[in-house]
Amino acid sequence: MNRFIIPVLVFLALAAVLFVGVRHSPNKSTMVSALLGKPAPAFELPVLGDATRTLDSRQLAGKPWVMNVWGTWCVECRIEHDTLLAIARQNRVPLVGLNWKDDDEAAQQWLAQLGNPYGVVAADREGRTAIDFGVYGAPETFFIDADGLVQYRHVGAMTPEVWEREFLSRLPQAALP
Amino acid sequence: MKRFVLLLVLVSGAALAVDPTTMPTPELQQRYEALTHELRCMQCMNNSIADSPVGLAQDLRRDVKELLIAGRTDDEIRTYMVQRYGNVILFTPPLQGSSIWVWVLPLLAAVAGLLIGIRIVRRRARLVEQDESVVDGDDGAR
Repeated sequence: MNRFIIPVLVFLALAAVLFVGVRHSPNKSTMVSALLGKPAPAFELPVLGDATRTLDSRQLAGKPWVMNVWGTWCVECRIEHDTLLAIARQNRVPLVGLNWKDDDEAAQQWLAQLGNPYGVVAADREGRTAIDFGVYGAPETFFIDADGLVQYRHVGAMTPEVWEREFLSRLPQAALP
Repeated sequence: MKRFVLLLVLVSGAALAVDPTTMPTPELQQRYEALTHELRCMQCMNNSIADSPVGLAQDLRRDVKELLIAGRTDDEIRTYMVQRYGNVILFTPPLQGSSIWVWVLPLLAAVAGLLIGIRIVRRRARLVEQDESVVDGDDGAR
């Protein structure tokens, strides 16, 4: 009997390691941002629909904001759009759109047709800001705190549950009604 | 002429299909190709950015090219990518932090296996020595 104890223990340990590994494998929904706890990358990009304005990320500093990366070529973005509109109606935190490698006209048409949840949309036509944020697939949504640090990144369509659990919970209490 | 062009297209097709980038010097070209082959395409986990036609891989190749031309070292370019995407973007995990286990565990397992194997063989050898019937049989003392 004794001689089986060690092999069984080794087997159980290996099974546990593999189980955890498989459950937490880097698939699209669980990949953690490399920027967590670090300053959000600075950017200055043209504002969608207004050729005379640019959005400088420094304008956003000082209070929490949320950045949603989207494109009209992105199917999941359409799926989350109603949730974003509902979030915008709550008006709890500025919602900035990062229009990733898109056609300006198509993007404006999309917002005109489906509604515009964003306070402002920056046009990242070359995808450089997206790379600075470590974006690998739209939609992605970032929470940046008052100190300008990235506190959370959600990959995939936004849902009311994720919004409540991961974004609203990170707002300072003073911002709550 | 037409046939020649067709041949050219067929022969070079595989090489040029994904990444037609050419660098200004052979040295940069070689470093460019090495780097793009060791960076993971984040949208398609098991391809390098050199082999992937998706938009993000194209953009990352553009960055590698620009950084090389700007005179950055290979390590600086790797750091640039890791800062944005994490260690997962490197096909070869670094020998530090938590990813050191990726290197150490297989070695430990191999050594442990070897030790267990040696022990089993030794124990069996001792059993044969102790077993008189075998010794008698071998001696043919009949």
